[in-house]
Amino acid sequence: MEDIQGVHNFGIAEGKQYIVVCLGTEQYGIDIKYVDNIVRNQRITRVPKAQHYFKGVINLRGEIIPVMSLRLKFGLAPDEFTNATRIIIIKLEPQSAIGIIVDEVKEVVTLDSGSIDKANTSDPSDPLVQYLSGVGKHSNGLISLLNISAVIVGREGRDVV
Amino acid sequence: MDVSQYLEIFIDETKEHLQTLSDQLMILEQEPENMDTINEIFRAAHSLKGMAGTMGYKRMQRLTHDMENVFQEIRSGNMTVKPELVDVLFRGLDALEGYLANILESSDEGTEDNEEIINTLNGIADAATGKVKEEPEKSVSEDVPKESGAAKYENIQISDYEKNTFDKAKAQNENIFGITVYLHETCILKVARAFLVFKALEELGEVIKSVPDIQDIEDEKFDLDFSLVYFTKESMEKVKAAVENVSEVDEVVIGPFDTSDNSESKTESTSEPEPIKKEAESEKAVKQTPAKPAAAQAVAKPAQAKQQAAKKQAKPAVGRTVRVDIEKLDVLMNLVSELIIAKNGLVSINSAEGESKNDAAAFNEQIEYLESVTTNLHESVMKVRMVPIESVVSRFPRMIRDLSKKLGKKMELHMTGEETELDRTVIDEIGDPLQHLLRNSADHGLESNEERIALGKEEVGNIYLDAYQDGNNVNIEVRDDGAGINIEKVRNKAIEKGTLTAEQADHMSDKEIIDLLFRPSFSTAEQVTDVSGRGVGLDVVKTKIEGLGGNIECKTVIGEGSSFIIRLPLTLAIIQALMVELGPEKYAIPLGSIETIEDVLVTDIKSVQTKEVINLRGTVIPLIRLDQILDIKAGNDDVDILTVVIVKKGDRLAGLVVDNLIGQQEIVIKSIGSYINCSKMIGGATILGDGEIALILEVNALV
Repeated sequence: MEDIQGVHNFGIAEGKQYIVVCLGTEQYGIDIKYVDNIVRNQRITRVPKAQHYFKGVINLRGEIIPVMSLRLKFGLAPDEFTNATRIIIIKLEPQSAIGIIVDEVKEVVTLDSGSIDKANTSDPSDPLVQYLSGVGKHSNGLISLLNISAVIVGREGRDVV
Repeated sequence: MDVSQYLEIFIDETKEHLQTLSDQLMILEQEPENMDTINEIFRAAHSLKGMAGTMGYKRMQRLTHDMENVFQEIRSGNMTVKPELVDVLFRGLDALEGYLANILESSDEGTEDNEEIINTLNGIADAATGKVKEEPEKSVSEDVPKESGAAKYENIQISDYEKNTFDKAKAQNENIFGITVYLHETCILKVARAFLVFKALEELGEVIKSVPDIQDIEDEKFDLDFSLVYFTKESMEKVKAAVENVSEVDEVVIGPFDTSDNSESKTESTSEPEPIKKEAESEKAVKQTPAKPAAAQAVAKPAQAKQQAAKKQAKPAVGRTVRVDIEKLDVLMNLVSELIIAKNGLVSINSAEGESKNDAAAFNEQIEYLESVTTNLHESVMKVRMVPIESVVSRFPRMIRDLSKKLGKKMELHMTGEETELDRTVIDEIGDPLQHLLRNSADHGLESNEERIALGKEEVGNIYLDAYQDGNNVNIEVRDDGAGINIEKVRNKAIEKGTLTAEQADHMSDKEIIDLLFRPSFSTAEQVTDVSGRGVGLDVVKTKIEGLGGNIECKTVIGEGSSFIIRLPLTLAIIQALMVELGPEKYAIPLGSIETIEDVLVTDIKSVQTKEVINLRGTVIPLIRLDQILDIKAGNDDVDILTVVIVKKGDRLAGLVVDNLIGQQEIVIKSIGSYINCSKMIGGATILGDGEIALILEVNALV
């Protein structure tokens, strides 16, 4: 298990820090303040009759945490579990954690407000837009910044089709 | 210092006293001459008054004071207990409960004066004694033993520095008083009272010095009295009255503080100056009158100062507490020590590794020891959380009494098993549903007295509230010997309302029809009073009880009455469960709901209305294919014998088909969180010894 809570310490005064993760070829950014932990893939226990994008629950040091597949939520191809697959433990509220499965965790970047473009929320052609808070520009390309609370509590996107 | 820290004690004790009052009043109504009861009520009212006063709840104090007066008169034989009086007293009790509810919410008693109750009370007291209004108040004070205390303040020693401030005060035309306050010997919250005395005094002037000093008073390092030197522009009487307004102050001795005398004779011996000091200026003037011990007086005048002081400490809602028997804590302590010993045993085995051959045996022994300790520990902790159901049901006799008067029906409540214990969280929630069921029974279940006589029943209706333990459950039964529920009427009503089609209704058993009463659509009074008179909010009752992990069931016999049976789990967090395997997955079935486990030949499965059933020793039991309803990839279909776990919900049975039994295990129930849309069939999850997660099946939702 990799513990990246220490990342907070080398934060830079201005700008927000994001954890950059990959889903397929796309890069997504998750605001670091919501990230509690990042763990390797582990045994997931299926929960019957749950929403289809919930893979089940995991046991994280005695705590039972539901795990959601970002791919299924976004209507992408199902996850393939590899050595790089990670579960990002998100805490929106202190008492309720949730895990998000991603293909890979790349790095932590700091983006100041100047390098973030507002997402075009009015574009109806892309159902994913409701999950985004903006697009960040970084040396490694563009990063779609996730609106994490929308991802967790929001309704499903593309897979309605 | 802050009275809010006493708020919890106050609330707990007030509840107890109110309960005593209520119980005793009920007895008093039956036996108006019972002197013990009257004394008991008097004591409870008196304590309440004192406590309310301490906390600065002026209105509450006033009301209890007047109630107390009435009892004083009864005690002294000046009047007798009449039904009207009991009614007024009950109303007074309700008002007090109202205050308490306000205090619980906002730590403020609210602004309702309840003048009417007070006036009625006073009217009764006056009428009985033929005296003017003020007199009963005096009579109260007489029952508190009073002796004149010594003016101890005369011994306060004054330093040069302090003497200096005295001169300044005199120059400012302030009076310098010496005050000695004697607290009542039964006083419990001495610190709180002392604090209120200080608070009251500081509204009017300035406390210059106290003996013992303020720190010691705060630490309760004083006997029943303390003395002060006090600057004020107010008159001696006013100061005295303010202090006396603090309840459980037995006596206040006040007099001008003779500065010259004290300072000259005793200055040398005093210590460093007091920290509490303020500058005063200008002229001098000291009133010279000899110190005289004050006479005892009634605590009657309003003291705004004190009240405000206490009110400022407003703190929202009070934390929930459980009073724990010290013995239970001792047991816990012992178990924790044992746990440590067991752990040390394991550590020593670990460190001795390789040295001894019987490692495994020793290890097992320690594990067994550890297991027994943890089981006991769990049991003890649960016990600490357990509260007798009495704390909820004790208010019901009163409620039935009121309902009886209001509805004009004679009825009696019989309660058994009040000592049955339930988890505190359950106790807190169960009151309303029970109250609801009792009201239903009283209002709709029981026939009127005339009808009862006509039916050949005894005139007085009976309502029963029985609580008892049944395995891992606690059952609470609310029963009446009234008319019962007319199932045909409910059936017709359901068809009429479109809840059911006539065809559906025909196929439904009586039991299923009764279950309709718990449906939300059946819940409003108008819809149901026509039918059977039941169902007002029964769905709410059901929801609440299911929220507590329990269930409710109704049985009824026309003409003989109906009964509602509430089943509640004894414990909430840790249960015994049977672990089973379904394909690759593991599930836990709570042991409390399991009847038996049977091997069933596939050929013995019959089909009734397309549902699979088995005939088990004469009982037809529906089969539930867990793998189907839980979407589990079927394992091996071609078996001849199925393992069936027979579970029960109430008296309904069902057979759960499982692939394999793993065994019995004590499991800790954990929530799987609110994000995941979990089906009602899953009651939670638990972590197994190897870190794997098993989901817990909610039998009540399956059957």
